[in-house]
Amino acid sequence: MSSPSLTAVAVVPVTRVPVRRRLPPSLIIGLTILIIIVAAAVFAPLIAPYSPTQQDLTNILAGPSAKHWLGTDELGRDIFTRLLYGARTDLSVAFIAVLSPFVLGTCLGAAAGYFGGWLDSVIMRIADVVVAFPFYVLVILLVFVLGPGTRSIYIAITVVSWVSYARIVRGGTLVAKNEEYVLSARVAGISDRRIIFRHIVPNVITQAIVFAMSDIVMDILAIVTLGYLGLGIPPPTPDWGSMMAEGQSFLTTHWELATIPGIAVVITGLGLSLLGDGLADLLRAE
Amino acid sequence: MLLRYITRRLVILVPVVLGVTILVFFSIHLVPGDPARSFLGDRATPAAVAALHREWGLNEPIPVQYWLFMSRLLHGNLGQSLFYQSSVAGLIGGRLPVTLLLLLYAAVLSVLISVPLAMAAARRPDGIADHIVRAIGLVGIGMPSFWVGTILIIIFALRLHIFAVAGYGNGLVGHLQSLVLPGLTIAISIAPMLVRSLRASMIEALNSDYVAFAKAKGATAPTVVMRYGLRNASISAVTILGINIGFLVGGTLVIENVFALPGLGSLMVQAILDRDFPVVQGITLVFAVIVVVVYLLTDVAYALLDPRVRLG
Repeated sequence: MSSPSLTAVAVVPVTRVPVRRRLPPSLIIGLTILIIIVAAAVFAPLIAPYSPTQQDLTNILAGPSAKHWLGTDELGRDIFTRLLYGARTDLSVAFIAVLSPFVLGTCLGAAAGYFGGWLDSVIMRIADVVVAFPFYVLVILLVFVLGPGTRSIYIAITVVSWVSYARIVRGGTLVAKNEEYVLSARVAGISDRRIIFRHIVPNVITQAIVFAMSDIVMDILAIVTLGYLGLGIPPPTPDWGSMMAEGQSFLTTHWELATIPGIAVVITGLGLSLLGDGLADLLRAE
Repeated sequence: MLLRYITRRLVILVPVVLGVTILVFFSIHLVPGDPARSFLGDRATPAAVAALHREWGLNEPIPVQYWLFMSRLLHGNLGQSLFYQSSVAGLIGGRLPVTLLLLLYAAVLSVLISVPLAMAAARRPDGIADHIVRAIGLVGIGMPSFWVGTILIIIFALRLHIFAVAGYGNGLVGHLQSLVLPGLTIAISIAPMLVRSLRASMIEALNSDYVAFAKAKGATAPTVVMRYGLRNASISAVTILGINIGFLVGGTLVIENVFALPGLGSLMVQAILDRDFPVVQGITLVFAVIVVVVYLLTDVAYALLDPRVRLG
């Protein structure tokens, strides 16, 4: 199957310039921010000068110094260290928490869109019920009844956030279902399950992935907020939310305690949002 | 026509409200172990546990329990608090006005913040203003609401001494004054989301045929933006705010705790710390009902403002 042009290329050696697709700048910046933060979280034990629970009782509520770069809290713990370990806690919980609603929502949305009928009605009515609850109200109720800890946070976030994925994937499936390639796959007698997972889902999943970036931001905010309200990951595990709650008592004298961890949250959110926007641009270009 | 539309919306809401009550009712069965013992604590006497079992009907089959729950609910009975000597409905009734006033405040402030930003951005997509607004949005979307509140407290209460740090103040003027910072906090927190949707709908409006027609007739750019952009934006602002009412309500839940406001949100968190299940359950239900009612009002308002909807 050699075409004339290919032969020509083979005969006349040309220094071929590799076709480089320009990546959206927001993708590159977002990815860079995220890689730095994730690396800081992963290598926290190597970077951090202290242990997150180690107390320096001669330096309580100290300002920034060579010894403690960002100062210490009311128990003399190093804030920079706790910030790094907080990233470890909050990011790992958020990244894991986004997985199950993603999978569950994608499966339910694809099934609802593909089969339609009563299955579609049931799934979408359940979605309507979940959306009737404000996000934080339902998450807080579920974490309360299930008991404190990360397991409850995973379950609560799954129950609440599968809906968005289901709606996105259902919408995509409704369109894809009537496309030529799906219709011909049906005529060829391929099983429904195979059509959904091999033909439809790969085509509609990209939008769900873009949404997942902003959903991780939502999850980080939820975890941090639960920690702030005293309903999240129990102490002494360092968490950005509980760090800010502890700093609340020292607003008049040490306002930085309650605000610095928030800056970490904002930067993480910025990285993820840029990454999401960049991904969306990239996919639109294709 | 409008009446038929409203009736149709109401009929659609019935299964949603039923589902909400089922979920709220069922939450007690997610408690690991015996819920009565779990909430009363280890030192509770067997008699107290048995009494609570009877009161909540925990020994009955689940469908019967739900029936009991619903018949109590339809009589406006949300149960007794485990912590206070009071009915849940009474506790909620005392706190509800604060939360509703804060919601209204936050809604008004978020429109005042979001609409001008969205208009500035939509006038020239990809222009300087648009880029600035989008950059603000990207930074803003990751801001925890309680963190925004903390910063506002530091600036306006502790440094500038313009507002009180926390509390609800005395009298209507005091209340309105004390709600400025909390309302502003919620408005700033949800503004990035609102601006994003508003900007998109305004760009669509400004690209529509009737705007092109107005321009062709010789309308100046500001006239077009104000007359056509703004009018359509206000319709979309109402709708977008309605759709995002869940975030607004969730915002009040968190922010009441930052500013020590005596509303439902602070009561809910306090009830959780007291392990006062009936209060938590009741407040969850009320929050969900607020959201459902606002969804309905949004639909009605939309139908009133835009006649095309009613015919669909």
